[in-house]
Amino acid sequence: MKIKAIALNTFKEAIRDRVLYLLLFFAAVCIIFSRLLALLTVGDRVKIIKDVGLSSLSFFGALMAIIIGTQLVYKEIDKKTVFSLLSKPIHRFQFLLGKFLGLVLTLFIMMVLMSVIFLVLVFFHTFTLEWNLLAAIYFIFIEYLLVTAVAVLFSCFSTPILSSIFSLSFYLIGHLSWGLETLINKMSPGLGKTLFRILYHFLPDLQNFNFKTEIVHHIPVPAKLYIFSTVYGLFYTFFILTLAVWIFRRRDFI
Amino acid sequence: METALKTENLHKTFKLGFIPKKKAVLKGISFSVIPGEIFGYLGPNGAGKTTTLKCVTGLIFPDKGNIDIFGRPHLSLEAKEKIGFLPENPYFYDYLTAREFLRFCSQLFPKKTKIKSPRILELLSLVGLKEVADLPLRKFSKGMLQRAGFAQALIHDPEMVILDEPLGGLDPIGRKELRDIIVRLKEEGKTVLLSSHILQDIEMICDRVAIILNGEIINQGSLQDLISQKVLFTEIVLSGVEPQELTAFGEPLSTFGGRTLLKIFEEDKIDNVLRLIHSREAKVHSLVPRTETLEDLFVGIVKNT
Ligand SMILES: Nc1ncnc2c1ncn2[C@@H]1O[C@H](COP(=O)(O)OP(=O)(O)O)[C@@H](O)[C@H]1O
Ligand SMILES: [Mg+2]
Repeated sequence: MKIKAIALNTFKEAIRDRVLYLLLFFAAVCIIFSRLLALLTVGDRVKIIKDVGLSSLSFFGALMAIIIGTQLVYKEIDKKTVFSLLSKPIHRFQFLLGKFLGLVLTLFIMMVLMSVIFLVLVFFHTFTLEWNLLAAIYFIFIEYLLVTAVAVLFSCFSTPILSSIFSLSFYLIGHLSWGLETLINKMSPGLGKTLFRILYHFLPDLQNFNFKTEIVHHIPVPAKLYIFSTVYGLFYTFFILTLAVWIFRRRDFI
Repeated sequence: METALKTENLHKTFKLGFIPKKKAVLKGISFSVIPGEIFGYLGPNGAGKTTTLKCVTGLIFPDKGNIDIFGRPHLSLEAKEKIGFLPENPYFYDYLTAREFLRFCSQLFPKKTKIKSPRILELLSLVGLKEVADLPLRKFSKGMLQRAGFAQALIHDPEMVILDEPLGGLDPIGRKELRDIIVRLKEEGKTVLLSSHILQDIEMICDRVAIILNGEIINQGSLQDLISQKVLFTEIVLSGVEPQELTAFGEPLSTFGGRTLLKIFEEDKIDNVLRLIHSREAKVHSLVPRTETLEDLFVGIVKNT
């Protein structure tokens, strides 16, 4: 009940942010731009549209999560709205969870809007409703959850600019960590290789949520992998939120 | 005896700056608030009033010390349900209207508290915001935000209200209105803890006060005990007598319009002055006996340390 009230209030606040609509506009431009890109290429045009569209969804959604998420908690502390809120009979974890869920709701709406543009564009090319694209979008949403949690975590102790840089690094490294694996395999054994291997295991692997290639190229994905990715995403999100609560509970609001 | 609030030996050190420098802000604060009284927490700017109140409301964790609210640990939800807090220079979600904001606040309490919507209207008219109930808070002036802050502190009808500089940012009429609300709360049996650096606001309404300076309480007790009731001097404003003639009675000061302000320190000289004025057919404009104020006490204490 208390968490729901905070989440809805957060949603009301986040949905008013103009940056959100700017990013939505850019996402739409990118999705539609893929149509032009497709014209210039030989081969399967629809595949390019799908590929660019899903990448835009992932990137711009993550950017929304980062820009809004890193501001949310910080703004409450900076503008002192948190004083009257936290002196009421609520636990600090309820506050943080409410903020998180409010942002997730906002991102859900944004995802629906972006998906509609994307799916309509695909429909005009294939004239069939491709439900398997929804599976790809589902995993992109799980990725949003994780990125949002990371943004909220950083905003518990850092300014929006710094938090944004950290969170964006998390997103980019998360998508490149498979490259790290290739690198490790090519390295000769030694201390460097061990260090990189440790790093590799601690970094998130956001490619777990990337089913673009499989779905675009109609390669079957084993059900086990779907379940693994979902559990991986939810577990990682839970872990990051726990860390955020742990930090937030100890904070002084000077 | 049950206390509404008991703080024992609160210590707090802030680490501030890029290269953290320690600053002791609270150095062993202890005081108790008795149920049903208005307790004034006084001190100059930067003394540590806000820090103390934030410790009490769980926004800051003291390094050392103990806080009880109606006999319960101050961080427990039961304790927090019993208090309402008005922060200093309050600021709230500016995209909400006053009515929406209070509705949001009401949702943060357990169901058993049962805050009904008439309560919101009742509060809005109590603090004088009924006409602007549907205006977004972004369009509120500082004084109006202060009133909205009052309303949110009272939303769940708490047993104790904690007000940090409640009359700050208000015009004289606003100060009077909110002071009346505070007195009314006391009449309803509520406990009030308020902080201020403006003494006139407080001395009229407080039962007991504590004076804090540089993180330490240097004096506390009932107002009658702290302030002597004896007359310090009497001020007479008169016209028609030359100031030079008055030096025998006290300190004359020329003011505008040919008037003279005379400060008399001995009570028996007042009659002599009045007789003189009468014989000259001069005029008395005012006669005010000055007793010791909290301000005098305050200035005295600050000077002595
Ligand atoms: N945000 C802050 N940054 C730096 N110093 C602070 C901050 N808040 C409080 N302080 C320090 O703590 C001391 C006590 O402040 P405060 O409790 O706000 O005093 P008061 O409310 O009595 O005016 C001040 O001397 C100030 O130096
Ligand atoms: Mg203060």
